[in-house]
Amino acid sequence: MTGQSIVLAADVPFPPSVEDFYLPSILPWAEHDNYWFTKITALVWLTTALIIIYFLVSYRKPQLVPTKKQWLAESIYGFVRNNIAVDMIGPRGVQFAPYLTTLFCFILLNNFWGIVPFVQISPNSHIAFPAFLAVISYVMFIAVGIRHHGVVKYFKTALIPPAPWFILPLLIPIEFFSNFLVRPFSLAVRLFANMFAGHMLLLVFTLGGFAMLNANAWFAPFSVVSWVMTIALTFLEFLVICLQAYVFTVLTASYVQGALADGH
Amino acid sequence: MLNTILAEAAAETEHNPIIPIWQEIVLGLIAFVVLVVVLTKFVFPQMEKTFAARVDAIEGGIKRAEAAQAEANELLERYRAQLAEARTEAARIRDEARADAEGIRQDVLNKAREESDRIIAAGQEQLAAQRESIVRELRSEVGTLAVDLASKIVGESLADEARSRGTVERFIADLDSAGTTGGRR
Repeated sequence: MTGQSIVLAADVPFPPSVEDFYLPSILPWAEHDNYWFTKITALVWLTTALIIIYFLVSYRKPQLVPTKKQWLAESIYGFVRNNIAVDMIGPRGVQFAPYLTTLFCFILLNNFWGIVPFVQISPNSHIAFPAFLAVISYVMFIAVGIRHHGVVKYFKTALIPPAPWFILPLLIPIEFFSNFLVRPFSLAVRLFANMFAGHMLLLVFTLGGFAMLNANAWFAPFSVVSWVMTIALTFLEFLVICLQAYVFTVLTASYVQGALADGH
Repeated sequence: MLNTILAEAAAETEHNPIIPIWQEIVLGLIAFVVLVVVLTKFVFPQMEKTFAARVDAIEGGIKRAEAAQAEANELLERYRAQLAEARTEAARIRDEARADAEGIRQDVLNKAREESDRIIAAGQEQLAAQRESIVRELRSEVGTLAVDLASKIVGESLADEARSRGTVERFIADLDSAGTTGGRR
């Protein structure tokens, strides 16, 4: 995107619009409304490949006393396993740790493309990816709950809080709404909106710099300020990227924990 | 801000950012499933195995060390007991040996005393017998010597043997009675 704007510095499109998120496809070249092979999907494949290669290479010959590479790979898994899965779910969390770690790595690296120079767009700024991840989490926690409690008992514990009977007509719809309707949307939209807004912010400040420069050469200092802001916001974005990957994983773990919990 | 952008975007463009593109869902799902399968099959179980092996190595090491320590303590106790036993045994043997030695010494002493008594008695007997025989010899010799001496002094041979023998006999009997009293003294 930035590369494009530098090339087109003479007439930058400002303000940036939603259309800036929908790049022409790579194969077939420059075709619009063809989504099978675009920068976004290429990045998703790249993410998948990089994570697989990284883990397979660094964990090819595991040793009791780890090498540095092995230690790093182990600490990624150990972080999600101990600080998210076991902390949230308890001892049973170990069995969810592999999925949660995969989820965390996938989101983190996909998010990270948003601030990688010359790439600078995160696949997660397209709602398709957060959406299917949220659906997987949604299906997973319901399935886990049903397997643990049985269908009737699970929906009973999930929907009926321990409250006096006359409040229940009010509470049950609220519980249903918050547990079974809002959760997947909030998961998906939270991640998507953060990545979308982050990209939009970077676009605004980058393109804004060029727009001001084009409008009047005397605005050059403001352009510089705008570009410095872009750099500062990139650091902010880094924070958001890690935070959102963490939040998505923690919330998934928390939903699973809620499904496994016996009391309310 | 996001809302206004979204509203604007929805109003004036062909793409709505909160409507997912189904191709992307399909591709993303495939990619993610591949990732999940590979990682949860080949990587994370390995890691769990390594963690378990590590825990086992550490805890097993501690357990083994404790077992070895316990065994060593037990052995030490046993050796100590054996040592004490051996000591009392040795003391007992020493006492026995001392008692034996004392007995043997007494035996030997007794025997030696008996032997010496016996030897002394035999010596005394022999001495008495010798004295007896000497006295007898002397008795006969003294007779002859006295006769010889007397004949020399008298200067003449006492032809009358019968007479002289009678004299001698008398003399010797006298001597004999005197000699026995002298020998006893």
